[in-house]
Amino acid sequence: MLAQSVFLILAVVALSSGVMVITRRNPVHSVIWLIVTLFSVGGIFLLQYAQFLFAVQIILYVGGIMVLYLFVIMLIRVETVAKQAPYSRQWAIGLGAVLVLACELMYGVYKGVESFHLGTPSRPPVDMNNTEAVAGVLYNNYMLPVEIASLLLLVAMVGAVLMAKKRFE
Amino acid sequence: MTPVPVEYFLLLGTGLFTIGVVGVLTRRNIIIILMSIELILNAVNINLVAFSHLYGNVNGQVFALFVITDAVAEAAVGLGLIIALFRNKETVNADEIDLLKW
Repeated sequence: MLAQSVFLILAVVALSSGVMVITRRNPVHSVIWLIVTLFSVGGIFLLQYAQFLFAVQIILYVGGIMVLYLFVIMLIRVETVAKQAPYSRQWAIGLGAVLVLACELMYGVYKGVESFHLGTPSRPPVDMNNTEAVAGVLYNNYMLPVEIASLLLLVAMVGAVLMAKKRFE
Repeated sequence: MTPVPVEYFLLLGTGLFTIGVVGVLTRRNIIIILMSIELILNAVNINLVAFSHLYGNVNGQVFALFVITDAVAEAAVGLGLIIALFRNKETVNADEIDLLKW
């Protein structure tokens, strides 16, 4: 009962601040609301005994990526952006398409819960420490993907520096 | 403490995903489009962690870690592109960048 009410609060906060993210005119306000969303998604990770992901969510997303967004917003001129029309001309078509997509996804979840008997968490969480368990799987079973991810980060870093440079030569 | 049924998490993930897609399709500002993509990736992470918890298996959490890595790379490259774009075209509106449109 307690877990369900905590989940309900976190879900309502996440969804409503998500709506605020996409409706604010000023990008800085959007970033602030996105931080609220990310915090509540982190709380949902904690509710499912994923403590390591919770820490990564707070440190990396809220502490890293959001600060990067704020820096870039500072570099472009926010006050002119906030005065322009926020929505594109084809917003009605987009909304209709998303409505169809949402119905489809809801139907998929509904049928999937019926046929896969999802509602019963079968096992308790592993009795090992969560960080230990994640590290074990990450460095034993997913060694090559970790290396590929590090290569991806290197490429992204070089690419970001190259694109933000003054001129291409 | 009775556990929360997994379909609640799936519905929350669906809701966040839908909000993110609405943001991508209806907003003009490229920075807010990138933020909507972050919302979509977070919705995926909720689903991965929910199934990881359901089956008592941390593989889903490792996948969520890889998704976060990709989100970081995407944010870095995307924001670099936005800076280059703003320097050359003086705009961050997605519908004003129409050089390849006939």
